[in-house]
Amino acid sequence: MIMPLLSVRNLTVQFRVDSGWVTAVDDVSLDVGEGDCVGIVGESGSGKSVTALSILQLHQRATTRIPSGTITYQGQDLLRERGSTMRRIRGSEIAMIFQDPMSSLNPVLTIADQISETLRQHQGLTGVAARKRVVELLGLVRIPDATRRADDYPHRLSGGMRQRVMIAMAIACKPRLLIADEPTTALDVTIQAQILELLRDLRKELKMSVMLISHDLGVIAEFAQSVIVMYAGRVVEEAPVAQLFRRPVHPYTVGLIAAVPKLDSDAPRLATIAGRIPGPQEIIVGCRFSPRCALVQPRCRDEPPLMQPVSDGQSARCPPRILVLGERHG
Amino acid sequence: MVDQPIVEVRDLKKTFAVKHAGGTSTLHALSGVNFDIMRGETLGLVGESGSGKTTAGRILVGLIPASSGTVSLFGHDIAGANGKAQLAAVRSRLQFVFQDPYASLNPRMRIGSAIAEPIDIAGTHSRKDRNDRVAELLELVGLPRNSVERYPHEFSGGQRQRIVIARALALNPDFVVCDEPVSALDVSMQAQIVNLLLDLQERLGLSYLFIAHDLAVVRAVSTRVAVMYAGSIVEFAPKAKIYSDPQHPYSRALLDAVPRADPDFVRHPVVAGEVPSLLDPPPGCSFHPRCAYAMDRCRVEAPSLRESGPGRHVACHLFSA
Amino acid sequence: MTDTGLGSLTTVHAIAAPRGYGAWRRLLRHRSFVIGSSIILLLTLAAVLAPLISPVDPSAMRVRFRFRPPSQAFWFGTDMFGRDVFTRVLYGARVSLFVGFAVCVVSGLCSAILGVIAAQFRRLDGAIMRLMDALMSFPAILLALGIAAALGPRVSSVIIALTVAYIPAGVRIVRAAALTVREMDFVQAAQVSGASSLRIVLRHILPNCLSPLLVHLTFIFAYAMLAEAALSFLGVGIQPPIASWGNIIAEGRDYATEAWWVMLFPGIAISLAALSLNLLGDALGDMLDPRLKGGE
Repeated sequence: MIMPLLSVRNLTVQFRVDSGWVTAVDDVSLDVGEGDCVGIVGESGSGKSVTALSILQLHQRATTRIPSGTITYQGQDLLRERGSTMRRIRGSEIAMIFQDPMSSLNPVLTIADQISETLRQHQGLTGVAARKRVVELLGLVRIPDATRRADDYPHRLSGGMRQRVMIAMAIACKPRLLIADEPTTALDVTIQAQILELLRDLRKELKMSVMLISHDLGVIAEFAQSVIVMYAGRVVEEAPVAQLFRRPVHPYTVGLIAAVPKLDSDAPRLATIAGRIPGPQEIIVGCRFSPRCALVQPRCRDEPPLMQPVSDGQSARCPPRILVLGERHG
Repeated sequence: MVDQPIVEVRDLKKTFAVKHAGGTSTLHALSGVNFDIMRGETLGLVGESGSGKTTAGRILVGLIPASSGTVSLFGHDIAGANGKAQLAAVRSRLQFVFQDPYASLNPRMRIGSAIAEPIDIAGTHSRKDRNDRVAELLELVGLPRNSVERYPHEFSGGQRQRIVIARALALNPDFVVCDEPVSALDVSMQAQIVNLLLDLQERLGLSYLFIAHDLAVVRAVSTRVAVMYAGSIVEFAPKAKIYSDPQHPYSRALLDAVPRADPDFVRHPVVAGEVPSLLDPPPGCSFHPRCAYAMDRCRVEAPSLRESGPGRHVACHLFSA
Repeated sequence: MTDTGLGSLTTVHAIAAPRGYGAWRRLLRHRSFVIGSSIILLLTLAAVLAPLISPVDPSAMRVRFRFRPPSQAFWFGTDMFGRDVFTRVLYGARVSLFVGFAVCVVSGLCSAILGVIAAQFRRLDGAIMRLMDALMSFPAILLALGIAAALGPRVSSVIIALTVAYIPAGVRIVRAAALTVREMDFVQAAQVSGASSLRIVLRHILPNCLSPLLVHLTFIFAYAMLAEAALSFLGVGIQPPIASWGNIIAEGRDYATEAWWVMLFPGIAISLAALSLNLLGDALGDMLDPRLKGGE
């Protein structure tokens, strides 16, 4: 069996609050293989961004702890690595882009300055060589008139162009895994489509694996090959993209897909999921979706359900529903 | 009387002076916008950032003054010479729902006072009537009555948006401008708020101007849809037509760009380029630099919004005979 | 599976339990806050209860007890006139804390009013802020020195002088906060409902500008106490025989080598008060800064 590029096992992440520690990510496991494109979808408080930040150890160390779990990148346990090793891995092995490209760019440095900084740090490129590579990278992310744009300051660029610059910085050292955390959420629809297309092309050209985090099922459906659905800190379902949308298993996944307004439907009302997302400090014994679930059974409230395989590549954290589906098929 | 529009906007223009190192330049936020809103209908206003949709909504409730044109609400022109007095006459019939439920409630004001604010400002109710009305409004938007004494931070985004809606409805308005009311919410909360707005419209006979960038949400709520681009309406049509048969190339590009929650969907090529600068808009049609069908005429002459079918209008030279 | 009907209208959702006195609980767990406020409380109590704690008259001169070092009878020793330094430090606390508190309150009120006016009524902004710039261009202590000298050496003139000196910083803080708040959606919502400028200022803008001002004022309290001591030390502040920490030190200066205790104890009192107020200010700053509130 081939080892996946990145493997997260039973990861639990907790944050310090006034009254102790709250669990933001609870027993999350996921794999990203070479060349894979994994989507993580969830609403606020699902723990999707926290999971991503923990992979690169970008969380606030003073107020965060990881009581259990392993994060293995190419056989190396990242949770044991500190300082210089992590700095090398960030950027040159695993790169990350964020939702807000403005706050990720330093306003007093030109585009060329910021990208060359990365090149100098990770590849030791300086002077003319660095400049040449900067222009090449800006071309790669399809910034028109790259030679001139390189000397612009971030405020001169539109949101879409800034995100392109962020992508250029991220791919500067040819990382093997790109983590994109809501990369298009702050952008307009037509620009979002352009950025997604760019990411798709770059993934093929550079043979990168991509982990895309989004709240938008549409973005996930278009971009990812396999999808992980998170709710209130836990993975509730995992499936290849087509299967997830055609045959969702977990009631939350079903509800979420139904709640997305459709461009081609004139239903008089949108489908809703009753109730609201629990806060991180709310204690829910058993399945965290049970207070909102229409199919809830007594045992759902008693003990947290386990992930169970449903069919090839698909698994869900909902034993009652899997049982029903199994009987229907069997 | 039934078919009398409650909102009539004619040739609405709005410019902002933008100061920069080299002096002052003029930003054309709205360059001649026309639309009507009928009683009980929802006009969906869609567009990307810089399209002018939010500016239009803010002018309609008197938050910012128009530069020129007519904005007639219930027959009162609030953009005319006597605008202030005209606005005061219709103020209680207008309301606004904001995008960010975290910024649109005063963090130091209890929910009860927040909801009662329009009543308190108008000074029309006795103490008891006011409190009864607050309780009634809470029930109307599906929040428990004991919310009155609480503060905004005790509520989630979706619940806050319910509070904002309750506040907007306090004085029984006829017309509510909803500026991206669900775009800051999670998907599962979004659907609840959209349905609430639809239910309230049915019950109370409200008319909405629904401003959004999300075409799918607009489809769920609107009667008619206006697509805006760079300060102008480029297409205006009944909802079904816009989605099944968009005419303006920009409307098509916008629809094509929406990501679908359907892995089988085959996407059209993505439209290239970005929204033009409103400080220095291109000559002719403002969409021509990105348009696949641009002709010589598009580069020099701006198309006007013309009738292109029953109830539909488009501003594109492809459709002018 | 999902509720597609009018469910959203009729469902009344469970709401998380109200946090109640969460802010208080957080403050009480903040070490700087607890230490700072305890010391200030103790000093205030000592000042208020001075006649009970030490029944001696602070101005009573007993020449035969001149320059007694600290002992069982005179905890902090005596000064050149045989006055009990412990008693004088207690009574000095009354003056110093009063001056600090008064400057804090008066400059706080003026800053809040001027800052909000500058932010809300843009036509007055230029005039107010240029005046503040002019005041700020003098070092605060020199400005206070001039004003106190002009008004004559009295407690009231010290308060006026220090208030004037510290207003500009407060106005800037309130104005900056008010400019941010007035752009927020809830202010616009009030405008849509036809709220008057006065209502917007009083109900919306002012309450949301008070946190940064409050933090600032705890530091002003400390500065004002230190400045009072400095002014009194320089002879334009509180005049003997009324005791203030500053003039006790000033009087003890000439005998510093033989009677070190005359200067030491009021000096410790000043440092302790200033330190505790700074701790308090830091704690309030932490607590009122929304970015540090935890959560997501």
